[in-house]
Amino acid sequence: MQFLAQILFVIALVAGVGLFIRNIRRIIRNIKLGRPVDRKDNPGERFAMMARIAFGQSKMVKRPLSGFLHIIVYLGFIIINIEVLEIIIDGIFGTHRVMGAAGPPYNFLIGAFEILAFLVLVGVIVFWTRRNISNIYRFLGNELKGWPKNDANYILYFEMVLMTLFLVMNATDYQLQLKEAPYYFRETGIIGSFPISQFLSPIFEDLSISTLIVIERAAWWLHILGILFFLNYLYYSKHLHILLAFPNVYFAKLTPQGQFNNLQSVTDEVKLMMDPEADPYAAPADAEEEEMPAKFGASDVMDLNQVQLLNAYTCTECGRCTSECPANRTGKKLSPRKIMMDTRDRLEDVGAIINKKGKFEDDGKQLLDDYILREELWACTTCNACVEACPVGIDPLSIILDMRRYLVMEESAAPNELAIAMTNIENNGAPWPYNQMDRLNWADEK
Amino acid sequence: MAEAIKVPTMAEYMAEGKKPEVLFWVGCMGSFDDRAKKVTKAFVKLLSEANVDFAVLGTEESCTGDPAKRAGNEFLFQMQAVTNIEVLNGYEIKKVVTACPHCFNTIKNEYPVLGGNYEVMHHTTFLKSLLEEGRLKVEGGKFKGKRITFHDPCYLGRANNVYEAPRDLLRKLEVELVEMKKCKKNGMCCGAGGGQMFKEPEPGNKDVNIARTEQAMEVKPEIIAAGCPFCNTMMTDGVKSKDQEKNIEVMDVAEMIANAHDL
Repeated sequence: MQFLAQILFVIALVAGVGLFIRNIRRIIRNIKLGRPVDRKDNPGERFAMMARIAFGQSKMVKRPLSGFLHIIVYLGFIIINIEVLEIIIDGIFGTHRVMGAAGPPYNFLIGAFEILAFLVLVGVIVFWTRRNISNIYRFLGNELKGWPKNDANYILYFEMVLMTLFLVMNATDYQLQLKEAPYYFRETGIIGSFPISQFLSPIFEDLSISTLIVIERAAWWLHILGILFFLNYLYYSKHLHILLAFPNVYFAKLTPQGQFNNLQSVTDEVKLMMDPEADPYAAPADAEEEEMPAKFGASDVMDLNQVQLLNAYTCTECGRCTSECPANRTGKKLSPRKIMMDTRDRLEDVGAIINKKGKFEDDGKQLLDDYILREELWACTTCNACVEACPVGIDPLSIILDMRRYLVMEESAAPNELAIAMTNIENNGAPWPYNQMDRLNWADEK
Repeated sequence: MAEAIKVPTMAEYMAEGKKPEVLFWVGCMGSFDDRAKKVTKAFVKLLSEANVDFAVLGTEESCTGDPAKRAGNEFLFQMQAVTNIEVLNGYEIKKVVTACPHCFNTIKNEYPVLGGNYEVMHHTTFLKSLLEEGRLKVEGGKFKGKRITFHDPCYLGRANNVYEAPRDLLRKLEVELVEMKKCKKNGMCCGAGGGQMFKEPEPGNKDVNIARTEQAMEVKPEIIAAGCPFCNTMMTDGVKSKDQEKNIEVMDVAEMIANAHDL
């Protein structure tokens, strides 16, 4: 019987972790659909940034309440994973509280886990209230209707259940130890300390040892199976940020926010145009031809770079970007969060086609128009507020810019007034129809 | 501001075989926009006052390409940039100062990769350095004690981390500097960046400059100080739309310093 439990445990563990690895590989494959981008410079600065922003959560606390609660849930998550390690060892080898042999340090750890589990429970309940009851601007966006809202709530319910199971498991374990149940009771005394679950424990006081064992085992199994399920839920959820926030911050842009990237392909063309000796009909060298992108700017996810696609998978849909966006705050259609969500949705749709057919086949859709509207793109003031607001270094502006580049350079589809301004710049060297020869007139004006 | 001011051009300097200390990049708004021209003149007066050996490109200056780049027209941007860089490099320019954060950002950050490497300063940073070197004196004067809020231009502040220079200048004027709720890194856009200056906004329930003006009005300023010709226009329009132009002035930091001096 004992072996059967161990075998079932190993099967669940292998299946859970195996599925998780398959999901991660799919994510990596999808991100690699993007164009390569060089973000390997300055590893020291990048590690420091990752330590500060992702590990140290420095940008989360810009909003003190949600930042503080997030840190509790985050600490709870990291530390309780040590408990999961013990559960896995116990599960495989059929032991019980194997680390208990460590004595007082173990008791301290279990006590700390309990307090954290309780705080996480409180934090998650406050989160749920903020999301569902308080009227918080960034949780009211249209893009959060349906799955994104449910997803956010499922995560919170999941955490509530997992934390409760952990506390119930400890409360019944404590009762079993008090009742000197075989297998749970050790001569050396109580294993673990139960600062929170001791208050739950009286509920189970009158139950028989066998009933207690059933409850304790059920909680133990549901807890670990829940964690394995949650691990695989990540892929389908905004909760993926718990893993991707780290690489995402590491690969974030280090140059000034106002500095937009240079398109080398355009530079090559401009050089050719400005060079009086260049032969316009000369065939480009082979190597150059390979480097030339199929198009300027981006109309679909494959035109974006790999960091932009990583950004899309990392987005937690917290909406801090959108709530800082001047266009969004004044009722325009643009929401930087929606830009990220659309990019991920499109990438997932492309990935699904590859899963099914082995390679990407045109489905008659693209990121532009079918997901992101032109009106959204043209509402952006490129002010970088969204980039500044993101706690995990996502750059929605770079996607907006690349899509504008496609609209202007491939489709000549800039709004009319902008097109006029651009013609003026081209002809007069200013966005208005003034003569360049009049540029110094101000000096003579009274 | 009665008599015309002497504004030397790079061509004139070149003809005399001299080089100026700094090139003043005027920008399109500074050259053509009536409101921004006042800022240009005020800044030129300050440069003269401080005996700064400066020159402008005059008719050789062209748009930096900022609105084109941000609207997605990388071709037009690079054509502008390459042409401007040729002119600047032809004159062997080392140091550029400009009163437009958009020109500042573009020349500073986006020209180097195309072969244009200069020390680029926003006029507030340059004025601050003139103060520190004792070449320019600034005292309270007529702005002393006035309640003033500074609106951070996105392309100066968030984009390039210049927050203190304009504020330091305002403090020199002994004003009562009050900060808006959204300021510095969290400042809100005036609504004109990214090419928006040249088009109607997308449909919404309010214009960005109105929202920003309301934020400024919350701190009840007598003057909204600006450091960008785009912001200046947008905030002026915002104040007008609220019928507050009699109570709230929008002024560039350089103008305020020049005015304090009665230049």
